[in-house]
Amino acid sequence: MAAGDRAPDTARARLAVAGARAGTAATLGRTDRGERARGLIFLALLVLAVTFALTGLGALLVWAGIEGAPRLSLELFTAGPSSLSPETAGYRTAILGTLYVIGGVILLIVPIGVGAAIYLEEYADRRHWWNRFVELNVQNLAGVPSIVYGILGLAFIVRGPASFGFVAAAGSATLALLVLPTVILASREAIRAVPSSVREGALALGATQWQTIRRQVLPAAIPGVLTGVILAVARAIGEAAPLLLVGAVTFVTVDPSFFEGGYSTLPVQIFNYATRPQEVFQVLAAAGVIVMLVVLLAMNSFAIWLRNRYERQFS
Amino acid sequence: MHAAIEMPTDRDPRQAEEAAAVKRTTVFDIDSVTVSYGGVPAVRDIAFDVGEREITALIGPSGCGKSTLLRCLNRMNDLIPGAHVEGRVLYHGEDLYGPRVDPVQVRKLIGMVFQKPNPFPKSIYDNIAFGPRVVGMSGDLDEIVERALERAALWDEVKDRLDQNAFGMSGGQQQRLCIARALAIEPDTILMDEPCSALDPISTGKIEDLMIELKQRYSIVIVTHNMQQAARVSDRTAFFTVEVDEGGQHRSGRVVEFDDTEKIFTNPADERTEAYVTGRVG
Repeated sequence: MAAGDRAPDTARARLAVAGARAGTAATLGRTDRGERARGLIFLALLVLAVTFALTGLGALLVWAGIEGAPRLSLELFTAGPSSLSPETAGYRTAILGTLYVIGGVILLIVPIGVGAAIYLEEYADRRHWWNRFVELNVQNLAGVPSIVYGILGLAFIVRGPASFGFVAAAGSATLALLVLPTVILASREAIRAVPSSVREGALALGATQWQTIRRQVLPAAIPGVLTGVILAVARAIGEAAPLLLVGAVTFVTVDPSFFEGGYSTLPVQIFNYATRPQEVFQVLAAAGVIVMLVVLLAMNSFAIWLRNRYERQFS
Repeated sequence: MHAAIEMPTDRDPRQAEEAAAVKRTTVFDIDSVTVSYGGVPAVRDIAFDVGEREITALIGPSGCGKSTLLRCLNRMNDLIPGAHVEGRVLYHGEDLYGPRVDPVQVRKLIGMVFQKPNPFPKSIYDNIAFGPRVVGMSGDLDEIVERALERAALWDEVKDRLDQNAFGMSGGQQQRLCIARALAIEPDTILMDEPCSALDPISTGKIEDLMIELKQRYSIVIVTHNMQQAARVSDRTAFFTVEVDEGGQHRSGRVVEFDDTEKIFTNPADERTEAYVTGRVG
């Protein structure tokens, strides 16, 4: 740099150096103000979008917390529902109902969802029209409104061919159908993300296609599959509409069982309380929202813990 | 370190005479093989043979179908939709593409090492143990793993961290792990598809030393872009080139010359080979 700073000899050289310096200053100096303003406006819009999303959720949580606070106690989890003494009523049967229904959903969606994803990713030959047809429809099914699945469940699972009756298993099957597309799509993504060099390496060692999938592809895809299951379960836990059609009743005073007797779930129970005019039921509903969030967070934390365990193992 | 130093033992006149006297046992007899993808031939009319316990190098410019041909030898091309193999590939006299041949069984006998090291996302131990487990090898798994790692000259470097993830190794170690993995299931032949192209010269040297070591037990076919490598390690060399057909439509690979490596590099019969190995074309 020292050499460059020495005063040049001729006027022409001096002019050239001055020009070069001015050029450098223009290139390295501050960005045009209009450009900077546009950048800031864009950033502000992004922050606004995030704030909007979080405010809604935050307001709901704060409202539920304030409204439900008077009823927060262990009783809320252990006592059954009651319309006669709402001051001591709890969500015991609804919590159990939710656990039964969601447990059934998980048992159904993991094998079926992962199986379908493996078929579509590893076996299906896209040159055949029926495989492309199946793929297209899995994507379409993900967008079907939940009430439609409720009607389907009523016609084919509660009555019709399956004839389960109005039991928790029917609720599980209906919700499983509802969230299966989500699980299939997420599992496919996870399976596709496993590099083909892993498959080649396994096959070159004399592994069969099934051994390759079972021992290399699936273990590597587990974190992604679990993410899909978490999303699906979170959605299933909150669904009330389809369950109302397949027999989730609002008042169950005895602990539910999987294949017989009535059942209720948290959103259905909360919905019932929230529609009553009395203040005391409103408080109970708000407390129910907290209970549901606790159940949801507990299940998701377990799934996330499981996923992280696998991620540490395989990356 | 390199073959140049070890070669004199091979060239010992008495041994050379013995070698000439013993008739070469053929592992692969490749005859008029054409491989096409979706009806378009990638290599045409390939013919050469691979001797037992020899290193056979396939050299030639990019896109001449060396890897395509290599992948025929353990039926890895079966995995590519639309790939079709014509002609005859005899392995110890048996047609690899015969109606009763199961590609899975073929791959148990003919191992493969890929261009980019591709360890499984698992521990070093599990990388080696995977093969023996899936092919149902009997015997103590720990011993099998140790033997494979020793044969790949990797045991001393990794014996204290067998439970660590294979991705924590250097690129050269990963590639030797992939070689060890292939050795673990006791194959008879190993195919190597540019095994050193992603490695630095020191790692490359180690793998070349290893190949010469492995020649005692295994037959090796190696695809390489590195002509010095072919000259250093291989016994015989097939030189591939790209030919454009009469219409100028299709480009496909052909074997121009196949001979002892020494002859290919010092006194090639075809002028195209000479142009390539002397670096005038490439």
